[in-house]
Parts: sequence; C-alpha cells; structure tokens
Amino acid sequence: MFNYTFQWKQAMARLPQMLDGAVVTMQVAILSMVLGILLAIILTMFRLSGIRILSAVAKTWVEIARNTPALFQIYMAHFGLGSFGLHLSPFLSILIGITFNNAGYLTENFRGALKAIPDTQTRAARSLGMGAAGAFRHVVLPQMLRISFLPMTNQMVWAILMTSLGVTVGMNTDLYGVTQDLNALTFRTFELFALAAVIFYAITKIVTLGARLIAARLFRY
Amino acid sequence: MIEIEHVRKSFGQLEVLKGIDLTVSKGEVVTIIGGSGSGKSTLLTCINGLEPIDSGRILIDGTEVHAKSTDLNKLRRKVGIVFQQWNAFPHLTVLENVTLAPRKVLGMARAEAEEIAVRQLTHVGLGDKLKTYPGRLSGGQQQRMAIARALAMSPEYMLFDEVTSALDPQLVGEVLDTLKMLAQEGMTMILVTHEMAFARDVSDRVAFFHQGVMAEIGPPQQIFGDPQHPETRKFLSSTRQ
Amino acid sequence: MFDTALTTADFVFLAKGAGMTIVVTIISVIAGTVLGIVFGVIRYQLGAIWAAPLIFVLDIFRSIPLLIQLVLANAFMGTILRLNMSGFTVACIVLSMYTAAYCAEIVRGGIEAVPATTRRAARSLGMSWGQDMREIVLPLATRVALPSWIGLALGVMKDSALVYVVQVTELLRSTQILITRLQEPLLLLMICGAFYFVISFPLARFGGYLEKRWSND
Repeated sequence: MFNYTFQWKQAMARLPQMLDGAVVTMQVAILSMVLGILLAIILTMFRLSGIRILSAVAKTWVEIARNTPALFQIYMAHFGLGSFGLHLSPFLSILIGITFNNAGYLTENFRGALKAIPDTQTRAARSLGMGAAGAFRHVVLPQMLRISFLPMTNQMVWAILMTSLGVTVGMNTDLYGVTQDLNALTFRTFELFALAAVIFYAITKIVTLGARLIAARLFRY
Repeated sequence: MIEIEHVRKSFGQLEVLKGIDLTVSKGEVVTIIGGSGSGKSTLLTCINGLEPIDSGRILIDGTEVHAKSTDLNKLRRKVGIVFQQWNAFPHLTVLENVTLAPRKVLGMARAEAEEIAVRQLTHVGLGDKLKTYPGRLSGGQQQRMAIARALAMSPEYMLFDEVTSALDPQLVGEVLDTLKMLAQEGMTMILVTHEMAFARDVSDRVAFFHQGVMAEIGPPQQIFGDPQHPETRKFLSSTRQ
Repeated sequence: MFDTALTTADFVFLAKGAGMTIVVTIISVIAGTVLGIVFGVIRYQLGAIWAAPLIFVLDIFRSIPLLIQLVLANAFMGTILRLNMSGFTVACIVLSMYTAAYCAEIVRGGIEAVPATTRRAARSLGMSWGQDMREIVLPLATRVALPSWIGLALGVMKDSALVYVVQVTELLRSTQILITRLQEPLLLLMICGAFYFVISFPLARFGGYLEKRWSND
C-alpha cells in the first residue's frame, strides 16, 4: 500500500530506553501536580483572605496561567528567570513551568468547587468553636478537594502531555526527549514517535482509570 | 446565665432587632415564637457571636459576647447551636461528624472523643449509625446527629433555631422528643420554634417576638391561655387553624 | 523606556508571527468545529456502544501530546505518503482534528443538556427529526456549548504555539528566534505573552459571563 518499509523492530528495540523516559515523564507530572495542588490551596486561601494584595497575586497568577500558552510559561521559567541570572536546569524549568500552569488552573477549579459548598458549612463549624482556619481545613478543604477530583484528574493528564514541551528547553531524559534523541540517531521518526504515542496513551488511560478507582474507594459518601 | 440587654441589629436598611432585653437563667428553657421576619432567628445567631450586633450587649456568664477581647471560639464551646438546616459535614461519617470538634477544638484524643460521641449518639437514638455517611440518613436523623454534635462539646447552653422547620412532618416528632429529653435533663435552652404544642409543653417561659420587638414574655399557660398583647392573640389564632 | 536592540524590522517579524498564530487558529477552529459538530451528532445518535470506534479515535487526540501528533502527521505525510505537503497544511490538519476531538464532546454535552421532555414535546407537535434538531436542540444546546466552545477556541490558539515543530513560524517561535539573536528574553517574552493575553483574557471573560448569565435563567 505504501512505498515505505516500516521498521517496527528497530523501534521496539528502543522500548526500554523509552520506558525509562516515561518514568521521568511521570516524575515530572506527579511532582508538578503535588506542588500545583499545594500552591493552588495557598492561592485559594489568598483569594479568600480578604487581603487585597494577596488576592491580586492569586488573580494575576490564575489569569496568566489560563490566558497564555503553556509553552510560554515554560519559556518564562527558562529564559525569563534566566535573565535574572537564575539559570535553571531543563528539569527545573519544565517542572516550574508546568507547576505554574497546574496551580493556576486548579485554583480556578477550586473556586468553582467552593461555590458548591454552602456557607452554612463554615457557619456550622464556627458554631462548634472552630476558628476560620480550622473550619477551612477540616470542613471546607476536604469537600473542595472531593468536588475537584475529576478536574484534578484532567489536569494530571494535561501535566503528562505538557511534559513533552520540555524538549524546547533542552530536556532529553523524559519520554519525548528520549524519543527525539533516538530519532536523531536512527531517523525512524514515524515508528519511534508512534511508539511514544502508544506509551503516552497507555499512561493517560492508566492514570484516569486509577483515579476512578481511587475516587470510588476514597469517596464513599 | 445569658443576659441580653437592649440589643439592636440591622441588615442594611432593615432593623431586625429593635432593642431586645431577655435574661435566661441556668436550667431554664425559653421558647421564642413569632411570625417570620420577627427577628427571632437572628437573635440566636447573635447570642453565640455568629452575627455582630449594632448596639446593646449580650453577656454569657458575665463575658460580653461581642467585646473585642472575647475569644469567640472559646465562648462557643459553652454555647451549642443547631440550625434549621442541619449542616451535616457530608464528607465525614456520623461518628466523625461528632468527634471532629472535640478532637480539633478541645484537643481530645480520638478514643476519648469517640467514647463521648458514641454516648451522645446513642442518647439521640443513632447508636447504630456510627459508620454511616450523613447522605444516607433521613432529615430527622441528620438533625439528631447535629444535636449530638453540639452536645459532644459539653455546652452549658443550647440554642435551637427552628430545628424542625425543614423536616418532613412525619420526622418532626423524633426530633422534638430528643429536645424534650434534653429539657428534662436540665439543659439550659433557648428555642425558636413553630411547634406551639411543643412550646407549651416544654418551656419555662415563652417569648413572643413581633417585628423585632419582644412583645410579650411569660409562662406558657399565660402566653397560650391568656395572651396580653393584641399581636400575640392574632398570631396564636392564626397558628391554631 | 527600555534600552533595547529591538528594531522595527524585528517588530514586523513578531507581527508576522502573530498573524500566523491567528491564521492557523482561525482555520483550525472553523474546520475543527464543523467536523466536531458532525462527530458530536453522530456520537450522540449512535450511542456509546455503536459510536465506540469514533469515541476511541477522538480520545486518542486528547490523550497524546499535540507535539507528537504533529510530528507523526508530518512524518506520515512526508516520508510515508510522500506527499509534498507544507508544514502549514499539516499544522492546520492536525489542529483541526485536535479541535474536532474536543468539540465533539462539547456538542454531545450540549445536545444531552436539552431535556428529553422538551424534545418529545417538539416531536409530538409533528416536527421532524431535522426540524426538532434545528428549531429546538440547536438553540438550546448552543447556550450550553458556547461558553465551552469559546474556551476551546482559545485553547487552540494557545496550543498553536506548538506548530513550530512542523516548521511553521508562529508568534512564540518568532519570539524564540529573536531571543536567540538579541538575548533580551524578558522584554520579548513579555511582548509575546501580552499578545496572547490581550486576545484570550477578554474572550475568556466573555465566555464566563455567558455561562453565568445562561445558567441563571
């Protein structure tokens, strides 16, 4: 059918290297999610603090994260911070870039989730003698994370896909970077990237399925 | 003792409390009745400091609720409140709902908090629902859980804000029975309610609120049998139908 | 204000990049939306089981990095089919499919949000399937779908930054070229970011406004 000989064997021979890359990809994605969630919780508290400067910081962060390309945010981490003399490794650049993006989107998700939690929940907690921080931590926060679980899963998938952008700042140990380097050696572009695509697909499916199982176990109410 | 002195409170243009005076002694059960918008629920949320007041003062055992120096969180341990909407914490089991505040606010160990919680839950008839999530309970059960949750803090005073108004009629009885039991045990209580028969039955004194003013207060026999204020008569005849 | 080596020619270069970003975005959003509506309606009509192959294919576009989609399409067109296709064409094709994959879900969600009772009422008045779709489902579903669709279109604009990989010089690529040449990353990135922001922010706000307004009535 095609005037082209597929060399799948050649690509398959590189599978172990690519799987090593997939591990790095997952490390970046998981780390960026954990940091992103923590930052998003902090930004959410900034928003709720009523202190103008803090809520302005949160607002600016969210809007930049949502209204510029992820690749732009990664460039900012790499070249932007670089111009302040802060030269980050590719790993740190991509990690900071994706974390920034995650935190922005998650803060917005949390905002929506908070709307679904009635004020009376806080009131009930306060009436039991809890302080504002205690009420947030023990009553509002767990419900907020519960409601945001699906958007968080989606963001995790995004984070995995975004790791592929690391190549633009010189990252070559993640799945995309490894594939690109192998391509430079063998020129089996289609086979190698098709294999990478299959791995990415499998990872995202495992993550979404895993998240569903976790949700079923975690949230029984 | 709860002392309410000349309390005024407005929401924007609307003055909902126009100078309320009321003293509730230890062990007393006071019921507040009145039409909607009479300010009776607002008064309860002012007593435990959930709402600020514009003037006057409220003292609980001599501590001024709205003074800047008052630690409201500490004060609220003394004054439990149960709302019309029971506000169960949906992410926690019944047992966890009740142990949360004793553990996090009073710093109790889990075992101790659970012991108290089990006792309170058994007391309100929910001893078999400990591991259930509130979403699986009926409104009446959730409301009884909310009562146990407040009681687990060993409050000296309990405020009940129309706790049966949001319930299906067939569930009202079980909650009222719980309240009656508490009253008989000597808990100091202020209740806002629409259940007139219950108010007559359980109260030491009944107060009638009308448009932000306490129009009349007295023993239930007098309020229900021989109301003095024309608005009280009007209100009671309207509720009898 | 800035002591910069940026010349007018450099600005023209950036503007060309910005133009490319907009052209690629508009073509892909239009083509992707048309495809997405077709896929979305088919998906809805067939139901989850019969539409399984379609669901699977569309899901692929949402589950692998866009960068890889572009590289694969480029390799497929070039080395396998040996078509002499420009990077621009490849970029538009891939981004259109990418848009369609998301758009189909939005369309399906919109149709499903129209209450069955409303549709039964329309059909019981003697309307045909087509009339029901046009007169009842389309206007109601649009309300649900439009805010998400605006979000999608803006997402495509942002993601179009990746078409550099098939040698299309859009805004971010132009910026990067100038960064390498002029070594003034901060200023250049700020210009570039501001461009995206100025387009995206008001439109995203507008989408949010529509969503709020329409969910209230």
